Parts: sequence; structure tokens; C-alpha cells
Amino acid sequence: MKAIGTVHKYGDNVDTDVIIPARYLNTSDPSELASKCMIDIDKDFVNRVKPGDIIVANKNFGCGSSREHAPIAIKASGISCVIAETFARIFYRNAINIGIPIIECPEAAKEIEAGDLVEVDFDTGIIYDRTKNTQYKGQAFPEFMQQIIKAGGLINYINSK
Amino acid sequence: MGMTMTQKILADHAGLPSVSAGQLIEANLDLVLGNDVTAPVAIKEMSKMKIKKVFDKDKIALVPDHFTPNKDIKSAENCKCVREFAYSQEISNYFEVGEMGIEHALLPEKGLVVAGDVVIGADSHTCTYGALGAFSTGVGSTDMAAGMATGKCWFKVPGAIKFELVGKPGPWVNGKDIILHIIGRIGVDGALYKSMEFVGEGIKHLCMDDRFTIANMAIEAGAKNGIFPVDELTIEYMKKHSAREYKIYKADEDAEYDESYTIDLSEIKPTVAFPHLPENTHTIDEIDDIKIDQVVIGSCTNGRINDLRIAAKVLEGRRVAKGVRCIIFPATQKIYLQALEEGLIATFIKAGAVVSTPTCGPCLGGHMGILAAGERAVATTNRNFVGRMGHVESEVYLASPAVAAASAVTGKISAPAELGL
Repeated sequence: MKAIGTVHKYGDNVDTDVIIPARYLNTSDPSELASKCMIDIDKDFVNRVKPGDIIVANKNFGCGSSREHAPIAIKASGISCVIAETFARIFYRNAINIGIPIIECPEAAKEIEAGDLVEVDFDTGIIYDRTKNTQYKGQAFPEFMQQIIKAGGLINYINSK
Repeated sequence: MGMTMTQKILADHAGLPSVSAGQLIEANLDLVLGNDVTAPVAIKEMSKMKIKKVFDKDKIALVPDHFTPNKDIKSAENCKCVREFAYSQEISNYFEVGEMGIEHALLPEKGLVVAGDVVIGADSHTCTYGALGAFSTGVGSTDMAAGMATGKCWFKVPGAIKFELVGKPGPWVNGKDIILHIIGRIGVDGALYKSMEFVGEGIKHLCMDDRFTIANMAIEAGAKNGIFPVDELTIEYMKKHSAREYKIYKADEDAEYDESYTIDLSEIKPTVAFPHLPENTHTIDEIDDIKIDQVVIGSCTNGRINDLRIAAKVLEGRRVAKGVRCIIFPATQKIYLQALEEGLIATFIKAGAVVSTPTCGPCLGGHMGILAAGERAVATTNRNFVGRMGHVESEVYLASPAVAAASAVTGKISAPAELGL
């Protein structure tokens, strides 16, 4: 499985309140949430984002509230992968559970810039920056989490057991 | 190698003699929690599962507290979805408006969590129950759905940071100042994926409400959970509130910690976290005149009876400054009634504050106290992220009930000392 897309770049501690503010949490409809995704940190994101695009951020991405609406909004925006130096733990679980690929890779998070064309190979964990011609090795998921991702999320995984 | 307190609880619930940091386990759950924002998503996810009934109707808690009393039609629909699910699944612990409260104040009060439990909740502040010596942690809605259906949850066993609390806090210093001080020291990702284990003789000076406040904000340091050892005060609290049997776990002498800190409570000053991160802390003596528009006292962090007593002590016989809106939220109906009986509510109203029914409302910028562009609030809540309480250009300063109440009187960020207290 691969993802390829243009990068939207963010800094440290992107919290779930800026990914999807509470004033929009009266719905859980993915496309409605996607229409407000990143609104409090990057108003233009919803206009720029294209299917397959990739978010790259620094440390502690997704900190704060446990709202699954945040990864749902990101996924429904068409984002194919989130790369970060580190993820907040609830966001990390939520992303795996709803089946949106995320990768921790400090070097990639530091060097990749907004607008770069990036390709991620989930089988090998290799991240290629096609714009810069650089390559990084992301941290592979433990076997158990790979099974959840391959099943398409936690609910499918439990149903298949 | 020995285990931490958290690791021992997790090992027991996974049916394993021992576990170590990094190990993936599946643990049995004692309680699964959701609210009106997260439960509707979980209910939708559970409807996709082959398992149709919850694993145990007595081990689910559903608390519509975020946008209640219903703030708009969509919120009303969400609450209706939770209500109908609760009735159809015969959930024992569904709390309607009138009997509900803010979930993390309500569950311990109702005796639904005791020492030794493993609890997951689709709300990040589920870590609050660590104050009782339980392992509790926030998860998302899909984990909640899986937990409701199977009674199990997967965990990566966390490593731990030890915080040895020594000394006695000074006047007007409470749990909030202590946890803000700690977050200021280690940062908002200082305990990422780890347990924060609080130990030491200083704990005996902390009332249960202070311990709830400290455990509550463990997530603000990125932690998986925060946990306190069980002492006489914990046992007294549990006996008063719960008929359930508790189990006391103690960290092994040779438990391994990634880091250790000693926190001298006697040296902690009233502490305020500036926008837009809880780690952005300043002690009260370093703060220049910062004018404010709103004060919020309440939330799962600081809406308990002791918090209200502190606020009332400051507001007694004083007036909220002109131009400042002071909004006070007792966290549960029981706390509200107690505050009424103790005369605290009269003190608040005479001071010019408003008192609201329990709700998470303003803390997350939901309703009941939203900020306009350029406005500043001092709040006893837990997060001061960009736009947290309203407009993206508004600001939230996190503080204790004492500092919040004093600030309401002066109209700027102030310590009670400024009022001669």
C-alpha cells in the first residue's frame, strides 16, 4: 500500500481543538467535519487540500481532546497519511482504529516542507520526498497494529476474529 | 524487575503474572464511559459490529454533559441518540439532565470507580480517576464501541515518571497550582505515552478534590494516566461513595521509572498557564497587569465542592469588577446542592457572579460563556489552546479557583493576597 500527495506542513502540538473546534462537534458526519478541518490553524486548508495529500507535523500531533472527529475530519478531507515527529497517544489510537495511516519519523518531520511531493510506502515504512529527492525510514507498526490497519480499522478487526 | 502501580493493575486485568513497558496486552475493563459528543460516534460504530449487546449493562456509563442542557437541535439529536441507546441496552448508569454532572466529577461521586479498576472513557480527562488508585485513560469513540461490546481494550503497557511530592503547600496553593507547575516543568508532551505516578509524604496534605485535579490534567502533559497511591483518605472517600470492593495496588520497590522528579509543595506559588499551551506557566509574582473580560470557575478539573469553597472564601463580601463576567459551574447536582446548603451560591450571587447548572459548556467553547475576538478569560479549566473557549483571537489563562476568584474581583490576573487575603 502506498500514499502519494502534496504536503501540508504544521509545527509542534497541533491540538484536536484546532483540527476540529468544539463548535462543530454537534455533528459526526465525516463530510461536514471535513468542511471545517484545520479551520482554526489553517483557514485555507479546506480549499487547498486534494485527495491523497499528506500532513507533516512536528511533535505531539493531535494532543488534547479525545474527539475522534479530528482524525475523521482529516481522513474525510482526503488526507492519505499523517507523518509527525510524535503523536499524542489518543490521536495515535484513534487514527489506527479508524484506519488512517500515520507514521512517526523525526527526520522526515523536520526536513519535509509544505508543497513537497511525498510518497509513503507503508509496507516498508519508507518515506520518499520526490521534490527534494530525499528518503527517510519511518517507524514500522507492531504486528498487532498492522493487523488492525489491514482489516480497515478496529471494528472490522474484531468482526473478523 | 519490579512493576509500577499502573503496570500491576494492567497485569492483573490482562491475567498475566507480570508485564513490562512497551508490551501489548488486552485487558478486561471495569467501566466504559462516553458523553454526548463521543458516544453517538461509538454507538454508530457499534452498530457495524456483529456483537449487538453491550458486554455488561452495569459497566457502561453514559453522561450527556458537553452540550447539555441541549444547546441546539443537532446537540439535542445527539443526546436523543445516546438516550435511546441507553434505554434499549438497559444501561444502568445513564444520567439524564437533572441527575447528571460533569462526567469526571460524577463517576467517583456515584461510586462507579474504585481503586484497582481499569477504566476507559471516550473523553481525554478520563485519567481523573487515577486519584482513587485506579488505572483510567481516555480513548476515542471506536475504542469505546469495542469496549462496550467486548469488555476489553488493547493497551501498550506504559513506562512511568515518578513524582515525589514533599512538603506542605502554602495558603491559597492547591492541586491546580501543583499540576500546572509540573506541566510547566516537563512540557505538554513531557509524559507522552507514560504514566505519571505521584508518591511521597506531601500527598497527605492534598484533599481528594486536589488529587482529582492533579490526575485530571495528566493528559495535559501527554500522559496515558496519572495515579495516586491509596491512603486512608482514599479509603474513606470510597467507603462513603461506593459499595464496590476496591483493590489496593502498590508499586514494587524495584519498579523502573524513566525519570523521577521531587516536587516540594511548600515552594509552589499560585501558577497561571498563559495562552496557548498549559506548559506556558508563570508564577503569580511574575505577572504584570493583564486585564480580563471573563472568569470561569468549574469544569472536570476544578468544579468540586472544595474548589467552590475556595472561590467563595475569596468572593465573600466582595464584588466582581465592573466589566467582568464571572460564571461559576458546580460540577454535579450533588455539589450544586451542597454549595447551596453551605451558602456558597448566595455568596456567588451577592458578589455578582452567575451560577450555572453542571455542563462542560464553556471549557471547550461549546456554549454558556463563549469569548469574542480579543477577549481574555481566567478559567479553572484545563486547556488554553487557540480558540478553545471561542474566537481564535480570544485568550484563556488557566488558574486555580483562588486566583480565578481574586481576578474576578480586581478585573486583572491577581492572587488572593492582592485582596489582603
